[in-house]
Amino acid sequence: MSPVGLVWANLHRRPVRTYLTLFSVLVAFLLFTMLRTMAVWFTSTGDSTAANRLVVAAKYSMIESLPINQRSAILAVDGVEAVTHQTWFGGIYQDSSQFFPKFPVEPRAYFDMYPEIAIAPEHLDAFANTRTGAVAPAALLEKFGWSVGDKIPIEADIYPQQDGNRLWEFDLVGSYRPKDEDSVQQIFLFHYDYFNEAAAFGSGAVGWYTVRIADPDRAPEIASAIDGLFENSQNPTKTATEDEFARAFAAQIGDIRLIANSILSAVFFTILVLTAVVMHWAFRERIAELAVLKTLGFSDGRVAVFVLGESVLLCGLGGLLGVGVGLLFTPVLSTVVAQQMGLSGMSLDWNTVLHGLGIAVLLGALVGVAPALLARRLTIAEALRRS
Amino acid sequence: MASIIELHEVEKSFVKGREFVEVLVGLDLRIDEGDFVALMGPSGSGKTTLLNLIGGIDKATSGEVVVAGKELGGMSSSELARWRAANIGFVFQFYNLLPVLTAQRNVELPLLLTKLSAAQRRKNALTALEVVGLSDRAKHKPGELSGGQQQRVAIARAIVADAPILVCDEPTGDLDRDNADEILDLLDILSRDHGKTIVMVTHDPKAASHAKRVASLDKGQLAEAAA
Repeated sequence: MSPVGLVWANLHRRPVRTYLTLFSVLVAFLLFTMLRTMAVWFTSTGDSTAANRLVVAAKYSMIESLPINQRSAILAVDGVEAVTHQTWFGGIYQDSSQFFPKFPVEPRAYFDMYPEIAIAPEHLDAFANTRTGAVAPAALLEKFGWSVGDKIPIEADIYPQQDGNRLWEFDLVGSYRPKDEDSVQQIFLFHYDYFNEAAAFGSGAVGWYTVRIADPDRAPEIASAIDGLFENSQNPTKTATEDEFARAFAAQIGDIRLIANSILSAVFFTILVLTAVVMHWAFRERIAELAVLKTLGFSDGRVAVFVLGESVLLCGLGGLLGVGVGLLFTPVLSTVVAQQMGLSGMSLDWNTVLHGLGIAVLLGALVGVAPALLARRLTIAEALRRS
Repeated sequence: MASIIELHEVEKSFVKGREFVEVLVGLDLRIDEGDFVALMGPSGSGKTTLLNLIGGIDKATSGEVVVAGKELGGMSSSELARWRAANIGFVFQFYNLLPVLTAQRNVELPLLLTKLSAAQRRKNALTALEVVGLSDRAKHKPGELSGGQQQRVAIARAIVADAPILVCDEPTGDLDRDNADEILDLLDILSRDHGKTIVMVTHDPKAASHAKRVASLDKGQLAEAAA
């Protein structure tokens, strides 16, 4: 038997209590892993952003559109290499649970802006040359069983057609494959010209511009220059790096980190109190045994370490299991989010794992410190007399 | 024979609520190496307190307590812990075994404080259980053993680190006559064959009859010491 064996054996004094406590800690850390993974994923931009790209959006609200004629002015700004645009179309395929983003874009300019997205030249040509053409990521083709040549019906929830028809029909002329399939949104792209000509409103407007610049170090200066162009116009802009834009977009959903942290704080506080009560009971019911250990020659400090070790082991093990189960659940969560929101790329952040384990050990130490101090101060004669 | 326990003018008092209680009053005691001494006396006479002082788990209010060549009054808590581990084996009335550990692991406990390997600790624990005749119960937990067997495990725990002194607080107080006799015979063997110095608190005259000396305490004073 080792000292750790003694700590382990003590945890099995009341197995039901120990396993229920362990389960509570496990669930808390499972929740921690899931919520942190979502929060980190929502607020990070992964590999889909580039340092040499800026996003120009309406200054006061991202849902406001910008006039298409701003494009040439932006392109003329010193340091700007290329400009393209995207627009949030909304739209429903089959039903609202099958969500994926749909953007009208300029085919060649879009793929020129995003060289990390691979598309076969013949697919790009077909996309550029077909007014009703659309391309989708290979993952969407696989998910919905689409093939090139299919007609994809999308019901408009924002933009009906000029004749009032809400059903848009696109010809799937190709597919594309992002460099890192997990790092980008699964976006259904269709021809901006078709959208611009057929939509009942919004003609001549775009959602936002994406700008490629030659020197990423000049990003703040160029962003200011672009915004300066439209400062006193009817459509003032706010230009930011792609990374900042993505974070602002995520913030539209809500302050995910704040929400996650608020929930986790409440959970951990509850677990802290619950485990502290359990460890205090465990201490009180074996005061005599701790006194016997001291009698045998275990020092005050060593006995305190045993008591502290129990809570650290209990919480640490619960944390390890919780994070471990979280690891197993992350792909499931990722699939659910991809199905419900059309957003992929969620994966476990290893910082979350390390944070989880660190918090588990800290929780154990916090919970165990009071009984450990009491155990340290325990006088043998008094404890034996009381028992 | 050289003395292994010497107490001079030892006083021990407590404050209990608003009451000042003098438990031991100017007590002198000398016990030689290998002696087997029974401490008798009525409840509240200070027997257990005296035993605690000898075992280094309590300190005298004044006077000198010298055990195994050390004056215990000046030692710190951690020094006393180390000293106890090396010199004293404790046997309690209610055995005080850890219920979550097997007999063998209970016996192994004091050896966790040594530098022995795990295998050597296990071997020594089994040897100690063999001495008390319980090697076949090594894997049993205290709850699976009778009172007499538990007390024998406690004795094995007391001798496993080869402490020269055993302090026993009513070791037969919770046992029936047969089991009590077995425990007393075992203490006889440890005193006679293994040279252990034994100090035993008891109310039982029959248990006291196993000792070489009987010291009687009354109102905190050693009233009589019989050979």
